[in-house]
Amino acid sequence: MGKQITVITGTVGFDAHVIGTKILSHTLREQGFKVIELGIQTPPNDFIKAAQESNADVIMISSLYGMAEFDLKGFKQKCIESGIGDTLLYIGGMLAVGKHDFKEVEKKFKDLGFDRVYPQEVDLSVAIAELRKDVDRKSARRADRR
Amino acid sequence: MVKLLVDIGSTFTKVVAVNLDTLEIVSRAQAPSTVEEDVTIGLRKAFNEIGKEVDISRLQPGDVLACSSAAGGLRVVSIGFVPELSCDAATQAALGAGAKIVGHYSYELTRQELSEIEELSPDIVLLAGGTDGGDRRVIVHNGTMLASSANSKPWILMAGNKAAQDDLKKIFQAAGRDVRFTNNIMPDIGVLSVDRCQKEIARIFLENIIEAKGIAKVKAMSSGILMPTPVAVLNAARLLSEGIRSDGFGELVVVDVGGATTDVHSIASGSPPSGVIALGMLPELYVKRTVEGDLGVRYNIDTLVQLGEDRGILAQGAFKREMKKFSSAGTLPENEIESDFDMMLASVALDTAIERHAGKMDVVYGAAGKMLVQHGKNLTDVKCVIGTGGPIVFCRNPRRVLERASFSEEKPNNLKPKNPGFYLDERYILYAAGLLAEVDAGKALGLMKKYVRQV
Repeated sequence: MGKQITVITGTVGFDAHVIGTKILSHTLREQGFKVIELGIQTPPNDFIKAAQESNADVIMISSLYGMAEFDLKGFKQKCIESGIGDTLLYIGGMLAVGKHDFKEVEKKFKDLGFDRVYPQEVDLSVAIAELRKDVDRKSARRADRR
Repeated sequence: MVKLLVDIGSTFTKVVAVNLDTLEIVSRAQAPSTVEEDVTIGLRKAFNEIGKEVDISRLQPGDVLACSSAAGGLRVVSIGFVPELSCDAATQAALGAGAKIVGHYSYELTRQELSEIEELSPDIVLLAGGTDGGDRRVIVHNGTMLASSANSKPWILMAGNKAAQDDLKKIFQAAGRDVRFTNNIMPDIGVLSVDRCQKEIARIFLENIIEAKGIAKVKAMSSGILMPTPVAVLNAARLLSEGIRSDGFGELVVVDVGGATTDVHSIASGSPPSGVIALGMLPELYVKRTVEGDLGVRYNIDTLVQLGEDRGILAQGAFKREMKKFSSAGTLPENEIESDFDMMLASVALDTAIERHAGKMDVVYGAAGKMLVQHGKNLTDVKCVIGTGGPIVFCRNPRRVLERASFSEEKPNNLKPKNPGFYLDERYILYAAGLLAEVDAGKALGLMKKYVRQV
């Protein structure tokens, strides 16, 4: 089947919302993933440092206070500079303030370099299935390169 | 029965004679250390002084317990991956083992950095990096560099990603170099596991390093060097804090002001107050040691004077003559002005060292308004501050120096102890209790309770 997939979770920035990231982390563990749970109020750079040391496959960022775009400007570039340009970036939650069209928000974060973007109401089993697919695809690409 | 408790320091060799039956300090002596020529010379001199007050003619080598920080102390270079993670973890592990960190490196070593390490020629290189099952690239790169190094003197201890162990074993074997392995000091993000690493460092120190430094010679006159001196002080602090049957002092801080460095040891959980989040990627160690290599009251007089002026502890341009005189090691104050100067230096050193050791509280503004976050270790609930080290113990007003350890409303975000009790290791016996604890913890605790006096 392959080695255990390592996931970094946490709520980014000065955001104290804990439930989303806790439910995500719990579900991932139940599904057999190795989860490094950074918790709430995680500075963007801490996601990167944790991913470097643990050689994580994916960083799954939660944000519920609507300021994620501000927190994560330049995040993908930092990942590339830090040698983790290959690490998958997922983000989910309440990603903008006030009423907004999710499709526009999704595009905004994909432009920032995120691989997948999810709204608050996401069905985690769908997200996890997409995660497995993405990781398999990445491993296949890496195998092809050799 | 009498036991002699010895500290072979970088400047002085100190001996404390304790009567174990009455738990009394019956004599104390010191002589300049003589490590370069023959360490036993200075030790014998100190013994002779003791012998004038107490009959030690029938003492056996087994009645003499010794520790040492001589010949530069236990010199360690720590190497890791990310500075705030495995690199910091390695530094903290080594400090808790009584080491003097002479260099720390992160990410992949360059040739230039390898040359620096060869130049530094530490006693031990502590090599960390990667969580277990995490990154192995960096630690394997660094291990390969070290294996190829022209300087084979340092002992190499690998304490990183266990997945890299087998490869590193092969690499070092092929280079004909020795390497020791211990568990990953940072097995996962947010986890520190330093005990076994520290025990391994102690083993390397005892089996090899003291011999190489020429201090093992005391074996003929003692039960050998048992540990680096900082470990003796750390062990004493922990014993005094925890007691044996919950009869300790509780959470405490020991500040050791010295000629070359000022060390702080805290035995405390350091967790944030309710409602405050702890930031920072490594947990705070319950037993934490920091060493300020720029706050020694003999080696760093210029720095301390500058800091003193910056902090308003010292008037500009005061003590000019005293500054010149005290720049040489082994100098003791001979008059009142010199005593004041010495006390000022100790005050600045202590104030700065505790500030750096303690954590900081910051206000941040999130979407929900103002929030408090903590970096480092919260010492505000620590009710016991103990001063040790000649510069505090022998000064005219130790309490005034120790008060610098308190929380201050002028710098409210420095998490220093709030209204603690102040204690003085006035017979300078913390290291001695740490040594004695190796053979009798109960008596060691009793000795400290008797002689570590509230001021």
